[in-house]
Amino acid sequence: MDNKNKSSFGERIASSGAFVSVAASLICIVLGLALGLIALAIINVEHAWNDGLMVIITSGLKSPRNMGTVLANAAPLIMTGLSVGFAFKTGLFNIGAAGQYTLGAFGALYCAIVWQLPWYLCLLAAMVLGALWGAIPGLFKAYLNINEVITAIMFNWIGLYLVNDIMYGKGKSPMYDISTTKTFSLRKAAPDSMIPSWGMSDYFGKLQSVTIAIFIAIFFAIVVYVVLSRTTFGYELKACGFNKHAAQYAGINDKRNIVLSMTIAGALAGVGAGLYYLSTVAEWNPQVSTALPAMGFNGISAALLACSNPLGTIFSSLFISYITVGGTKLSTQYYTKEIADVITALIIYLCAFSLLFKNKIRAALMGKARRIQVGKGGDD
Amino acid sequence: MALSEYIIEMLNITKEFPGIVANDDITLQLRRGEIHALLGENGAGKSTLMSVLFGLYHPEKGEIRKNGEVVHIKDPNDANALGIGMVHQHFKLVEVFSVLDNIILGVEPAKGPFGYLQKEEARKKVVELSERYGLMVDPDAMVEDITVGMQQRTEILKMLYRDNEVLIFDEPTAVLTPQEIDELMKIMKGLTAEGKSILFITHKLDEIKAVADRCTVLRKGKCIGTVDVATTSKEELSEMMVGRKVQLLVDKKPYHPGESVLTVQNLTVRGKRHAKPLVNNVSFNVHRGEIVCIAGIDGNGQSDLVYALTGLAKAESGKIFVNNRDVTHLSVRERNNVGISHIPEDRHKHGLVLDYTLENNLVLKRYNQKPFAKRGFLNFQEIRRYADRLIEKFDVRSGQGAQTVTRSMSGGNQQKAIIAREIDLGNDLLIAVQPTRGLDVGAIEYIRKELMAQRDAGKAVLLVSLELDEVLEVPDRILVMYEGAIVGELDPRHTTAQELGLYMAGAQRG
Repeated sequence: MDNKNKSSFGERIASSGAFVSVAASLICIVLGLALGLIALAIINVEHAWNDGLMVIITSGLKSPRNMGTVLANAAPLIMTGLSVGFAFKTGLFNIGAAGQYTLGAFGALYCAIVWQLPWYLCLLAAMVLGALWGAIPGLFKAYLNINEVITAIMFNWIGLYLVNDIMYGKGKSPMYDISTTKTFSLRKAAPDSMIPSWGMSDYFGKLQSVTIAIFIAIFFAIVVYVVLSRTTFGYELKACGFNKHAAQYAGINDKRNIVLSMTIAGALAGVGAGLYYLSTVAEWNPQVSTALPAMGFNGISAALLACSNPLGTIFSSLFISYITVGGTKLSTQYYTKEIADVITALIIYLCAFSLLFKNKIRAALMGKARRIQVGKGGDD
Repeated sequence: MALSEYIIEMLNITKEFPGIVANDDITLQLRRGEIHALLGENGAGKSTLMSVLFGLYHPEKGEIRKNGEVVHIKDPNDANALGIGMVHQHFKLVEVFSVLDNIILGVEPAKGPFGYLQKEEARKKVVELSERYGLMVDPDAMVEDITVGMQQRTEILKMLYRDNEVLIFDEPTAVLTPQEIDELMKIMKGLTAEGKSILFITHKLDEIKAVADRCTVLRKGKCIGTVDVATTSKEELSEMMVGRKVQLLVDKKPYHPGESVLTVQNLTVRGKRHAKPLVNNVSFNVHRGEIVCIAGIDGNGQSDLVYALTGLAKAESGKIFVNNRDVTHLSVRERNNVGISHIPEDRHKHGLVLDYTLENNLVLKRYNQKPFAKRGFLNFQEIRRYADRLIEKFDVRSGQGAQTVTRSMSGGNQQKAIIAREIDLGNDLLIAVQPTRGLDVGAIEYIRKELMAQRDAGKAVLLVSLELDEVLEVPDRILVMYEGAIVGELDPRHTTAQELGLYMAGAQRG
């Protein structure tokens, strides 16, 4: 049995989780794009390649403005992706990122429009409210053993209607701009509450919503990565996620960790909303917003595509943002922009198979390594 | 038609899995009316071979013959049609069905277009079979209400009801009391007297000596040989199985107990759904320099007792002292720090985070202590150094050393990792629950020696075991648990398996 020194190159690569995960995600992406092409062809076969797929995968880089849009939308997506991924690591499914994002949006916008606070305090408010909304399902899960998915879904809607009601206030809310039927634009109403651009918008076709938000998001991704992989806290969270019983046996307080994990996940999603609205990518529309913000659910996609790895989430979010922007550039003559969502959905759907791909890749590498060993007569 | 001497022959069977040859050119010939034991350690290939016979796996090479004729067994239905039946180690019974319903399940006698059940015929046949073979089971009892022994007899009746001629018993005695084992042996002999042929999978040599006519020994996928049981000694059999001489009887140094380390007073544990307490008013001590064994049939409160001692479950009443400190209301972590080491019953559920690396598992109880952590950050160098030291000291073998994902390790080495971690905590009390369960002979030998070394080093060891030979050989004192209560204390030097069995079955109290 002692093959300490015998593990071959293939086996070592196969056991290195990072390589296999990245390879599996890439397979998901390529297959997803291929299936997307088929979908495009079904809708309109003549234009599927040039006016379809090529537009989706090249538009993001075509102009500085498009690149700016990709970045502005990627920042909040990274945060919701981190939120979902962080909870995943603790064995929890945070489907409540949308609700936490909603509360975060409220916190940021309220502090900005009503109190005219500086942007970092607005961001902090978004974080605190998101954390609160994440903590609730965590408490239910830890102390009453109610599945976090159910509580989170309910609190998504509770949060949405609550926030809409406050922001609209029967048309009299100080946050509501009757002329646009949205919240007041920060560019006019609270320019000091906007996340600074540090001149970045100049490089992206004067797109004002390109701010340092993307760096803030990347900073959070690195922090989450360090917490998960290098601290005792991360060790405990992952132990709870992998095996709750073993964590209890080791004396880890699993209830406390469930609550903390959901609270932090909520805080991350809340920051995501802060980054989006304080960068003035859009305003909140409390009357029309009867649907939960898509950013919360796209976070699930970003986390899945990245196999919940915080650093991977940066790239998966950029990618999803990139092809979404590509989708908006499709000529409406041939396609609707939702086709980008279809492609993202296909890729995410295939991500559900990423475990299968992972095992296949691992088996292929191991099998090859083993065959070489057996061929050499190496038998342990 | 002249009948062949052998009812079933598996000739030169080779079955490969990626990277491993599970069965390498194995030949097994079952004579008509014999009890043929299949002996081997875990991973020797016994299960694979039986799965081939059952049509679950298809061998790369070799053939199976019945009555001298080659047969192709594609799936378990084919096996059934050929009259091959099996009693699995874990019974395949529907708990909320009656014994009769379980027996006819899958071959229900029915009449008419709507499949109206004809249970009376079936009942007659079952009663007739159980009388003929001495299998006392009430056909109308619910399976969940009857003893494990009766459940096993239900499984045997299932095979007989289907007119199977070849009966496979997979480790049938693991769940039985000594009395029930004797009963089963009688039943098996009765079955062969009626012309059935039995394949008996086991790793217990006493049982082979007691009932088997011949024995085929497997080791690491290879067939070591087939021997006549009557002319082969237990020592020879064990050497064939392991490949070297084994010393399962550990040398015991004289017994000099010191002061009490663990004191349990009137401990009662109640479950959520049971009216009866799981642990009922239990009191005992474990002293320095002794091994105390809690014996009993599985499910008599041993696990719940351990959960209460280690803090995984709450005690309803009573007190627990470790080194004279009241730990009754302390958390798991506080108890770890006060001095309880715990080798848990289920190493996959409690003992290890299987998706963690070996080194992470080795620091599972001290990852937050210096030098493994500083100001909340893990010190990977120290963890690696510590892990390497334990791996070396306790001879934990794995593919990639400290970085191996624990899930990929063998059961014996996983258990060694847990033992290394718990012993190295240096605590005064070691609670070991079924530490040798499911392990091969070499690992069992190793673990028993480690327990003995702890005792000799002046630690207190509380062993919970279901294995009779372990109960009789390892400890200095035996406490028998029955239905949550301690019903007797025995001295292993002056007791027998028979006496122990009476206590375990609740027939005797002292």
